[in-house]
Amino acid sequence: MMWFWLIPLIPGASALILAVFGRLLPKKYVSWQACLSVLASFVISLISFFGLLRVPAESLPVVKTFFRWIQSGQFSADLSFQLDPLSSIMTLVVTGVGFLIHVYSVGYMAHDSGYKRYFTYLNLFTFAMLILVTASNLVLMFVGWEGVGLCSYLLIGFWFDRHSAANAGKKAFIVNRIGDAAFILGLFFIFLNIGSFDFRAINAAVAGGGVTTAAATLIAILLFAGATGKSAQLPLYVWLPDAMEGPTPVSALIHAATMVTAGVYMVARMNPMFTHSGVAGHLVGLVGALTAVFAATMALTQNDIKRVLAYSTISQIGYMFIGCGVGAYAAGMFHLTTHAFFKSLLFLSAGSVMHALSGELDMRKMGGLRKYLPLTYPVFLVGAIAIAGVPFLSGFFSKDAILTHAFAERQYFIWALGVMGAVLTAFYMFRLIFLTFFGEERLDHHAKEHLHESPPVMTVPLIILAFFSVVAGYAGLPLVFGEKANLFSRFLEPVIHTGHGGGLSINTEWFLILISVAVSLCGIYIAYVFYRKSPQTPHRLVARFPAVYKLLYGKYYVDEIYNAVFVNPMVKGSEVIYQNFDLKVIDGTINGTAGAAGFSGKALAYLQSGEVKDYALAILLGVVIFIGFLVFG
Amino acid sequence: MIPVSYFFVLSLVLFVLGIAAFFIRRDLITMFLAVEVMLNAANLAFVSLARSAGSTAGQVIVFFIITVAAAEAAVGLAIILLVFRQKKSIKAEDMNLMKG
Repeated sequence: MMWFWLIPLIPGASALILAVFGRLLPKKYVSWQACLSVLASFVISLISFFGLLRVPAESLPVVKTFFRWIQSGQFSADLSFQLDPLSSIMTLVVTGVGFLIHVYSVGYMAHDSGYKRYFTYLNLFTFAMLILVTASNLVLMFVGWEGVGLCSYLLIGFWFDRHSAANAGKKAFIVNRIGDAAFILGLFFIFLNIGSFDFRAINAAVAGGGVTTAAATLIAILLFAGATGKSAQLPLYVWLPDAMEGPTPVSALIHAATMVTAGVYMVARMNPMFTHSGVAGHLVGLVGALTAVFAATMALTQNDIKRVLAYSTISQIGYMFIGCGVGAYAAGMFHLTTHAFFKSLLFLSAGSVMHALSGELDMRKMGGLRKYLPLTYPVFLVGAIAIAGVPFLSGFFSKDAILTHAFAERQYFIWALGVMGAVLTAFYMFRLIFLTFFGEERLDHHAKEHLHESPPVMTVPLIILAFFSVVAGYAGLPLVFGEKANLFSRFLEPVIHTGHGGGLSINTEWFLILISVAVSLCGIYIAYVFYRKSPQTPHRLVARFPAVYKLLYGKYYVDEIYNAVFVNPMVKGSEVIYQNFDLKVIDGTINGTAGAAGFSGKALAYLQSGEVKDYALAILLGVVIFIGFLVFG
Repeated sequence: MIPVSYFFVLSLVLFVLGIAAFFIRRDLITMFLAVEVMLNAANLAFVSLARSAGSTAGQVIVFFIITVAAAEAAVGLAIILLVFRQKKSIKAEDMNLMKG
């Protein structure tokens, strides 16, 4: 418990060692150190978690301050970590899921030439995310915030010799930077209004009425703009689908444990500000709901197995923001936790499928893999069922909690969008399952020769994740099972103002649960009809509505629009400035200076005749003038 | 007792002779001798002034100048010798490598 500040530092130290000595260390040692450092963090997280259960709510959070880090006039920030239920859950998710991803990577990256570099980055990524979730003030949190941005750049562009990967890395970095700019502005306004970055001070100021509603709204919206970048929400989601260029375990790490959950965590951490503002809270919910549906529709037509999962992540994070937006921060965090399990499971099993097919990503070239991958198939199925929201698995409970709260808060529009997104989710996940594991085999000849199940170092993490994808939901049972059934939100109560369910009657609750169940089953059934029973249906639909299909297949052409509206004018403008300002004004100034020096040098060189007598004459003249000056002056 | 101004006039004449020789003559050794003459003109001024003022400071400086002049003569003549080996000439106008 007292050692909780070691949680981020162990992977950090490991990353440092690997970065400095990685070249000299044997490969086996690198794998062990990278995995064990995260495991050690996980163990400390667990111990801290159980320690936290015994700490009374008044003495939360537990803070460990090392020293005054920055002091400049009024501005000050400590290097200090804090642990409270919210941080504790995040550290468990990050280290737990992160550890499994590390282990899986040992198998997945075994033949990669950048093996050691990969594990250095992976440890660094974990370190940055853990700094983010354990920081006790916004400045230190921002360090982690930028750290995960940097690591995502490094890992997405891991295979930087591939042009597309290098570009995807840059895109992720730049799009994140746009959000970060807003985030920094938010920090400035917090400093102007509150004068401190410490979470306790901020919460006390908000609770004590030290912040006007307008200021809180401004701050909350700016912070949320930062979150849309990091958590891939409208309008800054565009980097996440391209992030598929990185190795698959990295995608799992970005999508499940680190990076994209940072925005949700930040909003939950700053929840008094969002609640105080009101308007900003609604905005969060609305953006989340729109993203949830928008991204889900894009997932419908994708043929790349990882892209489907990428859009589904965007959509699921939308759900988390719905939870935060309607004031059910605990439900949002709950969905974050369950999502971490099933999304990392889905990504890692997708990686296992790719591994089996020698890197094939296109679902049109898969099919019938069920019998070749006897381990990957069931765990993939578990993940898909969990995300689709079928009862008794984790995704059902968390998604239902969010939608119930949205309904209870009378946000019917958001609730309806959420339900629509749920149908789409169930549909595209089972479309993926049917296309990949069922039906006729459409494999390449080459891929089929090498078809094999993954080694145990990859499948064991999958099985563990599958187990948690099933049971994690029981930590947060809905209200119908009693007031105290939701252990998860009871645990979070000291940090988070819990939505009290809005006083929905038990009947309404049951009704909403039934709708959730019906919706997910309905989505699965449609997928079954489309891709198993009568496979011509999708083609007929495409033929009937070619424009809609093209729009979805082209991902609403958002990338093209951004390119036309923002990127190209920027590139062209830069070109014009380069041609006119850089080349003419700046280079002109510098070349002119050099030219003037050269010219005057040439002119003055005539004085240097090389003849001793000329110099002596000059000295004589100087002496005469000097003496003349002394005598007659 | 000869007035000190006589010595000064002699010193001045020697010095001007040195300058004139330095500018008029073209071979390095003569120019070098001219410089020595100028140095000794300065020495004469020093000792005469020291004598008339009754102090020893001027005498001491003269010893320094003689020492330095001896060293300078050694180095200077060595340089001239080397230059002659290189160029087969000791004419000052032939030494213009440093022309800009």
